Amino acid sequence: MTDSPDAVPPPLAGRGQGEGTPRTSTFRRRALLLAPLGVAAVGGTAFWLLLQRMSEGTYDPHGLPSMLIGKPLPKFALPGLPPSQGFSSTDVVASGRPTLVNFFASWCIPCVQEAPTLMALKQQGVPIWGIAYKDKADATQGFLHENGDPYTRIASDEPGTVAINFGLYGVPETYVVDKSGIVRWRWAGGLSDDIVRQSLDPLLQGLA
Amino acid sequence: MKPAFAILFAILIATPAYAVSDPGEMLPNRAQELRAEAIGHQLRCLVCQNESIEDSDADLARDLRRIIRQRLVAGDSDKQIIDWMVARYGNFVRLRPPFDAMTLVLWGAPGIALVAGFAAAFFARRRRPATPEPLSDDERQRLADLLKT
Repeated sequence: MTDSPDAVPPPLAGRGQGEGTPRTSTFRRRALLLAPLGVAAVGGTAFWLLLQRMSEGTYDPHGLPSMLIGKPLPKFALPGLPPSQGFSSTDVVASGRPTLVNFFASWCIPCVQEAPTLMALKQQGVPIWGIAYKDKADATQGFLHENGDPYTRIASDEPGTVAINFGLYGVPETYVVDKSGIVRWRWAGGLSDDIVRQSLDPLLQGLA
Repeated sequence: MKPAFAILFAILIATPAYAVSDPGEMLPNRAQELRAEAIGHQLRCLVCQNESIEDSDADLARDLRRIIRQRLVAGDSDKQIIDWMVARYGNFVRLRPPFDAMTLVLWGAPGIALVAGFAAAFFARRRRPATPEPLSDDERQRLADLLKT
């Protein structure tokens, strides 16, 4: 830094004490001028990253942390869609494999959007156990007929009480349960191929 | 009673219209129902996120209102019911966050702002000279010239 004479006002007669040397004063001026720019740059970058992650779908500003992570799967026993029988939490754990538990409904639009992603997971051999939330059996059947059926087994939570024990606040929601029945991951909202690639695949590989 | 007073009285005793428009939802016992509403007002609707479950029309809010009333009739205390909700939905479900390590800055913010304000005021005062120096003869002359024109 040079002390250019015009950057510092010449001290008035009888003043100029107590303000430090001209050098530190120039430095302070520059720092003060640049500070808002720095704040704007940091803020802008953070905001841009936020928007980036929102458009990728890897960040949801309305997303809530799940209380279930690291805890055992909540106990439940649900009926199925007739004639097939439903399943219980014990059945999920007894399968002995890392499993996806997916809440869905025929009336839910993101569920339609995530259907191809779930079908791709099924192709990979990932077991997905579906719970139809607040849905009539024939509506659920119609939904599966139209969008494909990625589910290993299907149960129906028509009153929506089991969902509350999961801390569900919308459909779809997907939980990853490990071999010993501990919930490891929850995704609220539709799954996308991006989310599978970035979060789910690495997690499932780690659990296998 | 004069009509104006009657209207004023009516406004004063009127309660806001809640989403609990279905009388079938309400408990027959008035005291219990008031307790249930008080609990519901402390809990966030997870769907709308800025309304209490007592004010919200969402399906999930209705389910949670019903659960509050069921547990209340079963003899749970207010705290037990709120803890039941927090166990499932986390502290986010509480419209008034508890004071803990996570919310230290949130609750401490007014205190921090006060201390920072006093500190800023203190340092600003210390840096300013107590009394401005009197004008020098030159400056007085310049001022007089400027005022003349």
